[in-house]
Amino acid sequence: MSDLTDLGIKQIRDGVRSGEFSAREVAEAHIDKVAAAKPLNAFLIETPDHALAAADSADKAKAAGDDLAPLAGVPIGMKDLFCTKGVMARSCSQILEGFTPQYESTVSGKLFAAGAGMLGKLNMDQFAMGSSNETSAYGNVVSPWRRSDANGNKANTDMSPGGSSGGSSSAVSARLCPGATGTDTGGSIRQPAAFTGISGIKPTYGRCSRWGIIAFSSSLDQAGSMARDVTDCAIMLEAMAGYDPKDATSLDAQVPNWEAALSGDLKGKRVGIPKEYRIDGTSEEINALWDQGAQWLRDAGAEVVEVSLPHTQYALPAYYIIAPAEASSNLARYDGVRYGARELPEGAGLQDMYAATRAAGFGDEVKRRIMIGTYVLSAGFYDAYYTQAQKVRALIARDFERVWEHCDVILTPTAPSASFGLGEKTDDPLSMYLNDVFAVPASLAGLPAMSVPGGLSSEGLPLGLQIVGKAMDEQGVLNAGLAIEQRASFTARPAQWW
Amino acid sequence: MSEYRIQGATGEWEVIIGLEVHAQITTQSKLFSGAATEFGAEPNTQVSLVDAAMPGMLPVPNRECIRQAVRTGMAINAEIHKWSRFDRKNYFYADLPQGYQISQLYHPIVGEGQIEVSLDEKKPDAPGKTIGIERIHVEQDAGKLMHDQHPTMSYVDLNRSGVALMEIVSRPDMRSPLEAAAYVRKLRSILRYVGSCDGNMEQGSMRADVNVSVRKPGEELGTRTETKNVNSMRFIAQVIEYEAQRQVDVIEGGGAIVQETRLFDPDKGETRSMRSKEDAHDYRYFPDPDLLPVELDEAFLEECRQSLPELPDAKRARYEGELGLTAYNAAVLTAEVDTAQRFEALLVSTATAIGKPEAKIATQAANWILSVAPGVIKSLGDDANLEHNSPAANAAILAMVDKGSVSGSQAKQVYEILLKTGREPSEIAETEGLQQTSDTGAIEAVIADILAKNEDKVAQYKGGKDKLFGFFVGQTMKAMQGKANPQIVNELLKKALG
Amino acid sequence: MSVDKEQVRKIAGLARIAMSDDEIDALVPELNNILGWVEQLGEVDVTGIAPMASVIPSKTLLREDVINADPQTGGNVRDKVLANAPVAEHGFFAVPKVIE
Ligand SMILES: [Mg+2]
Ligand SMILES: [Zn+2]
Repeated sequence: MSDLTDLGIKQIRDGVRSGEFSAREVAEAHIDKVAAAKPLNAFLIETPDHALAAADSADKAKAAGDDLAPLAGVPIGMKDLFCTKGVMARSCSQILEGFTPQYESTVSGKLFAAGAGMLGKLNMDQFAMGSSNETSAYGNVVSPWRRSDANGNKANTDMSPGGSSGGSSSAVSARLCPGATGTDTGGSIRQPAAFTGISGIKPTYGRCSRWGIIAFSSSLDQAGSMARDVTDCAIMLEAMAGYDPKDATSLDAQVPNWEAALSGDLKGKRVGIPKEYRIDGTSEEINALWDQGAQWLRDAGAEVVEVSLPHTQYALPAYYIIAPAEASSNLARYDGVRYGARELPEGAGLQDMYAATRAAGFGDEVKRRIMIGTYVLSAGFYDAYYTQAQKVRALIARDFERVWEHCDVILTPTAPSASFGLGEKTDDPLSMYLNDVFAVPASLAGLPAMSVPGGLSSEGLPLGLQIVGKAMDEQGVLNAGLAIEQRASFTARPAQWW
Repeated sequence: MSEYRIQGATGEWEVIIGLEVHAQITTQSKLFSGAATEFGAEPNTQVSLVDAAMPGMLPVPNRECIRQAVRTGMAINAEIHKWSRFDRKNYFYADLPQGYQISQLYHPIVGEGQIEVSLDEKKPDAPGKTIGIERIHVEQDAGKLMHDQHPTMSYVDLNRSGVALMEIVSRPDMRSPLEAAAYVRKLRSILRYVGSCDGNMEQGSMRADVNVSVRKPGEELGTRTETKNVNSMRFIAQVIEYEAQRQVDVIEGGGAIVQETRLFDPDKGETRSMRSKEDAHDYRYFPDPDLLPVELDEAFLEECRQSLPELPDAKRARYEGELGLTAYNAAVLTAEVDTAQRFEALLVSTATAIGKPEAKIATQAANWILSVAPGVIKSLGDDANLEHNSPAANAAILAMVDKGSVSGSQAKQVYEILLKTGREPSEIAETEGLQQTSDTGAIEAVIADILAKNEDKVAQYKGGKDKLFGFFVGQTMKAMQGKANPQIVNELLKKALG
Repeated sequence: MSVDKEQVRKIAGLARIAMSDDEIDALVPELNNILGWVEQLGEVDVTGIAPMASVIPSKTLLREDVINADPQTGGNVRDKVLANAPVAEHGFFAVPKVIE
């Protein structure tokens, strides 16, 4: 039998259904892979029992001739931002050390109800704040990819898997799991997917319930799926999405059968190329890939048109006001009173305890963003920063509304560069923030967007293409993604060095 | 009434008072979670994971809270905002698990309104004053801290955390402790009529933040202080008296008033600065991104409007106009919804029992409710079983009085027995001999006998000594053993004495 | 607008994050760098534009007033509420004594 960890979600699901292999075999193969991949530091907590129990119940259902659940037999990885009952959830911050949720997030609950098993909790940037997975309190995640020098020799530099869903991207790319949950606030699914040569989709804001997902920025956070191809993303997202009355911002809408309607035929569709996304600092090979992507979509039958999103350049600064502002408030609950770490210096009063707990518990990037957020909301600055940013956000959303009169989806690069070495950008927060320049506008507007692999850089590192669609039109996004996938024939995979 | 002034060394000072009344909205469950709101439960039992601000928990608004706030707004003739929104008020305190209170700053659900208050409890029918209401917004209550259960620790109980409050913000329209008390009394009356708050100040379902400043009459407004959470009418008056005097002393002593939050110490009757609210003035309000705007449609508003009861001012006017009650009685009967309800129930029963229109018997019913019945109940003390005090039984007694079959004093005796035993009023009157005779033949015979025995007095009476009429009435009543209908005795005596 | 050391100290106080002088010194240029960059938003003409109120064009859904309608967001779960508390005694969370 071939290596079961080479299979994707659909192949595993279908193989378990047909009896080609058992769910337990699949789970065990992945559990072994996870256990042997410590150098990647992708899984922080391993939950083999969970994966095995789900597998056994799939096998039992199969043996009994029962209908199998949509993800029966599929083991997945869970980003640490999701609260899963009885398993520590820390958002990769020291401040939540020891926190064991007594509840199940809606999304993880839906995945488990669909038959998926959990291999473990995945490393990530602390509170999802980061684009390189270097802000986790539990160590960097290492990408399985290595760059090669001019002679094609692989260097030893540890590369960034992207962030914040870097544990997810690294694990899926390294074949530790066929799929993983991610969350995307300003690119945290798409950019790591692009960095590691996998696919990842952030659905329309409100498609996936935020209940039980540790909040970063409420108006932006959205869960999505990360897997090795578009079909697998669609299958997994279908299980995750759906209206949840426990989330007041949840979309009260039926979840379409995305997998069944997948089609790479784009006849009659128009694809927009936003001219404002041609920015200084994007590598030439990425611009070339972008042009290639447009050609692939033309080949798939689409008409490609140039469009304009005039406020694009303001998306990132608006994001860096809105997200920190919301975060400064969302993270106020970490105070050492009800859960997590408590730091109580000798003779400290309540407020001293808060300050000491938060000083010890939050990492530098989290503190930086809380400080920015606190400042922009503080007396005298609120209108100049926050209100202005929300107005600009409204303009960005309006830009997209206007563009939909001319096209059905938008094609852009996912990130302005390929992955970089860990530690290469940590000195300059601003240049790190620029990584999300292409991802953030769709987040601000709440639109569905995905990244699919398009090719390799001259250094042999994956490059991604992003498709952004209309609100609620995940299908359009997935179909365009599939059209690229079918033509890009991205088969590269990282050589195992760990 | 004379104006309330503080006599300072430099002359008279005027006191300016505004109140922020926090009224607990009468609901089963909390504003944003399904936990119960009932008073007096074991610590932390009425707390959901949402109220404890566990990571990833989200608020979902309770329709009834919105509805009751709207109904209350309608009851004070306020502007209802069809579009409102929740904001976060950020501060750190152990009774505030989220690190912010969800409230409404920028777009409250209810705008400008006003209420009419009467200024003298003893003269409820004296002319009143209009107090402006700036706004009503909906917000979460905080939890409770217990300081005296442990030598070095405070204990946190979150049962109240997340209970829905209306904050009713008055204009600084009050000028004396008396006016403030009258305002709170009237406001409480309206809330109870509407059913949006039980007005129970002892249990904390209604409490006031008291804003006080002083100025020389006619001058600019002074700096105000806010004394938090004052939970009785008497304390409100004490806070105002104390704060006004303190402020005058500070200013006349050459100092300046600091705008600050203060705390009332009921034992000392003093206010003092609250150290724990140091940065109270930078709450960093911003729209809660976990919640979408609240939009009210016409049907919702119409239901609110339709479900409003007749309110105290309208009721009072109707009692005076349609029922012909005195202004005093109308005011007293309508001051509390309980009294008005008891009165109206009695009115209906009595009108039915007697077969006369309500307007014809309203004065008797009012006297019964306001003076006769309370007198009897008070004199019986614990012997009175108020379960027997049904409108029908009361009406039966009033009907016997109206018919003349029992006298006023007999009615009281019947009522006493009714309250003690629950027996039928007519049966009581009959069995206990508590009936008066209207048998003109019997009375005429007694009168004839008395006039015959007192010929000298008859002569004196006829000679102009009118006062003797009382003597004849007394003799007749005595001979009838007090059971003659006095009205008939009067008529027959007048006739006999020619 | 830029921040100085005193302002950064004040913000850290508001945010309840204890910081040494060195940490504050390091943050001043970092924050100024970021604030200077976000201030380009001031260039945008936002005349007549309302701040974005909700990402999805929808009003809030309201819950019915029913106790514990969904056990996941209902009460009577004290064990779960206190399960992770650093210090819990007699059914309460315990914190250093507060002087009001
Ligand atoms: Mg107040
Ligand atoms: Zn309030």
